[in-house]
Amino acid sequence: MAHDGTASPTGTGNTELVRVATSEHRLARYGLIAAALTFVGLFLVLPLAAVFTEAMRNGPGEFLTVLSDPETFAAIKLTLLVAGIAVPLNLVFGIAAAWAIAKFEFKGKAFLTTLIDLPFSVSPVISGLVFVLLFGSHSLLAPWLQSHGVQILFAVPGIVLATVFVTFPFVARELIPLMQEQGTSDEEAALSLGASGWQTFWHVTLPNIKWGLLYGVLLCNARAMGEFGAVSVVSGHIRGLTNTMPLQVEILYNEYNFVAAFAVATLLALLALVTLVLKSLLEMKYSAQIAASRRH
Amino acid sequence: MEVRVQNIRKEFSRFPALNDVSLDIRSGELIALLGPSGSGKTTLLRLIAGLESPTEGTVYFGNEDASRKTVQERNIGFVFQHYALFRHMTVLDNVSFGLTIRPASRRPSKADIRKRALELLDLVQLSGLEKRYPAQLSGGQRQRVALARAMAVEPNVLLLDEPFGALDAQVRKELRRWLREIHDRTGHTTVFVTHDQDEALELADRVVVMSKGQIEQIGTPDEIYDTPNSPFVFGFIGQSNILPVRVENGQLWLDDRSIGVSAPGEADGPAQLYFRPHDVELLDGCGGCIAGIVVQTRRVAGTRHVELDVGGANTTVEIELPPEKATSDRSRLAFRPTRWKLFRD
Repeated sequence: MAHDGTASPTGTGNTELVRVATSEHRLARYGLIAAALTFVGLFLVLPLAAVFTEAMRNGPGEFLTVLSDPETFAAIKLTLLVAGIAVPLNLVFGIAAAWAIAKFEFKGKAFLTTLIDLPFSVSPVISGLVFVLLFGSHSLLAPWLQSHGVQILFAVPGIVLATVFVTFPFVARELIPLMQEQGTSDEEAALSLGASGWQTFWHVTLPNIKWGLLYGVLLCNARAMGEFGAVSVVSGHIRGLTNTMPLQVEILYNEYNFVAAFAVATLLALLALVTLVLKSLLEMKYSAQIAASRRH
Repeated sequence: MEVRVQNIRKEFSRFPALNDVSLDIRSGELIALLGPSGSGKTTLLRLIAGLESPTEGTVYFGNEDASRKTVQERNIGFVFQHYALFRHMTVLDNVSFGLTIRPASRRPSKADIRKRALELLDLVQLSGLEKRYPAQLSGGQRQRVALARAMAVEPNVLLLDEPFGALDAQVRKELRRWLREIHDRTGHTTVFVTHDQDEALELADRVVVMSKGQIEQIGTPDEIYDTPNSPFVFGFIGQSNILPVRVENGQLWLDDRSIGVSAPGEADGPAQLYFRPHDVELLDGCGGCIAGIVVQTRRVAGTRHVELDVGGANTTVEIELPPEKATSDRSRLAFRPTRWKLFRD
């Protein structure tokens, strides 16, 4: 169409034709959009709105009162504590695993990669049961644990273990493709310039993966705070002691204490929203960085 | 510094990448490792650097056995094919890196590091770009940052892996000349890997031709081009023609006719005749020549390339003629190689 200027009327006609040819009928288009929006509204927006309205049903005053209930407060504290332990641990494990898998060749690498995904493919309830079998009163470890006065099940250590297990893949999964893509030549360059292993990691590897790492930590944290299944199995539901926020929501709900249940749920929902916003922000930064690394 | 590689053997999971390779690199020399991909040239470079360790054999830096030394202890400068610049650091920080990470006892002062880095950036003609990030530089500029970074640590030997591989032809040529200049000025012992013969022949003091994990020939560019010692080197360097001939009483025969080339002292029997397209003389009559029918002619810059069918088993050769020598297709041409070499299987 670019052969001369006089052809412009046919030119626009042709683009119109092209657009029509690659697009559905107007009814079909609006119909599909409407269907998608209805779906999103029904299954995502409506439940979220319900959580907030139910929590605020009796006004903000009562909302704050139920949240300051000692048992609920203890649940919030426990959730923060568990996430505070599990996330840093998985940060270290995740970097170590990704480093090993992405930068080195060794036997059993494929197996290790699959193993890292295990917590994703196993039902969280099973993950919890594993720890019950390991540390429960009928397990092989039980006599030793009892004689040393170590309480793992139905106590904070069990909850932390279950959470670590369930959230293990997040950081590693985020880093492995990124580190594989970046290859090893940056590290080799640092080594050839005389840097030690630690200096290479600190000055070269870590800055290269920082956005991906933050992203993984964010997802890991969201899951650590929201985990229900595995924690439910190992916690024992002792009020004020081993109840995390998701467990507390369930208990309050089962007691028909709807306002309190939804108030705690609001906090979890807010956590999800904040995570989503941060995730989107990171994705914007992170994609620019990926693009930059590809340009190299 | 003098670098000696002695009887090096390297296997990657049972597959030999280098087989009994020995090489002496003189101090201050600019040496090219040339070969097709898979010839082991990059492996050899990485072995000298200490980024790989040999299965067998020794690498000497001066008189010292460097084989058991780590890459950090060898104090080399390595320029990677894709530069491997630290993308989150400025150009200046990249160049200073090797000095800033030194332990306090061997580390120059901050001001000295900065001064040295700026000097090097000046040397590689990048003054004024020290605050840029690698992503903001062109390919050629990144290349030069990588070189400055490698030189900052005063390396014993400078190792470059396909230094111009990722650049376009124009920049490539410029940088080639420029690297030679830098080398002459700084006097670093330099080894670079390339698969581009022009690059190796133009730039290096000596060229090491490699194939299938072995060194085929080591020599000056002239030696490599004029007296290749194996069919591989002859075929790999420059253009070449191969004709199956027969030696009889010190004369060369192509099929049933003598080609007017004598090879005194050669044993009778079949052989391969190698000659370059430009090492030929045209003949008017044919009392001992190679005669062929013109299949195709192409004008390439200052010469005319003529493809000839010399009969027999559909063998074609290409010869180069001055452009004013016009030939038409299907016409007959008679010629004789003036420089040639015989190889036997």
